Amino acid sequence: MDRTQILVAVSMALFALGLVGVVVRRNLLVMLMCMELMLNGVNLSLVAFAQQTGAAAPAVLVFLIFVVAAAEIGIAIPIVLLLARRRRTLVASTYADLKG
Amino acid sequence: MIESVLESVLLYGFAFVGLIAGAAMLVLRHPMRVALALSYAMICLGGVYGLLGVHVIAVFQILIYVSAVMVFMVYVIMLLDVRDPSFTRRFSHLVIPGAVAGVLLFLALERALGPAGTATMPATVSMTTSDAFSMKAFSVAFLDEYWLYFELTSVLLVAAVVAAVAVIRADGSKRG
Repeated sequence: MDRTQILVAVSMALFALGLVGVVVRRNLLVMLMCMELMLNGVNLSLVAFAQQTGAAAPAVLVFLIFVVAAAEIGIAIPIVLLLARRRRTLVASTYADLKG
Repeated sequence: MIESVLESVLLYGFAFVGLIAGAAMLVLRHPMRVALALSYAMICLGGVYGLLGVHVIAVFQILIYVSAVMVFMVYVIMLLDVRDPSFTRRFSHLVIPGAVAGVLLFLALERALGPAGTATMPATVSMTTSDAFSMKAFSVAFLDEYWLYFELTSVLLVAAVVAAVAVIRADGSKRG
């Protein structure tokens, strides 16, 4: 395995770990952080491919993902705080009645 | 020779520590420790980006993710009640299906993007990465070819700010 393949394998492992965290953890904030881990895994694969091919497009996409992640956190944190103030808990299953 | 070996050791070391920190996020109990593990993972990935020669991304990884996003997250965790039930019981009832889904996803990704999947990709180009991803080259490419996406991100950030303010004001009007 060369360097790119190892880094892509690490990025896939980070993405899978993040997905497992979103599914198995109960705390809303921890679930949010696991989503950030998934985004970091995607970023690592993009950087590895950018470095392999020499193209600037994957690196630009990483920068855009940074902005999307910042916007996501900027909205998600107030929503989580709002929910925590209303029901006094961060257990995700407590909010099952939000399903449509 | 020694520099190349040292660079490889550091690169794989950062990748390995990042992976361990990511795995630790699944088992640590308190959200503050999870946030610190995520910060470790992000710093390690910043080190990987720096060693790959993509310094612009490495800088923004530390500036945006570790400095802005994670500080925000840690600040919010400090505001919360430490007696929350999710702090004592970590896992939902989906532990086994979630773990199986994670392993299956990893195997599927490995099948698609692993050694067989990346075999058809072009080899590393002769241009040095420091030239291709220097701040100047990156900035020129960004504002020359990708200016529309740059502007769209600013629109997205403004929309996020408006949405966050709307959420806070909605809560305030209900209370008062």
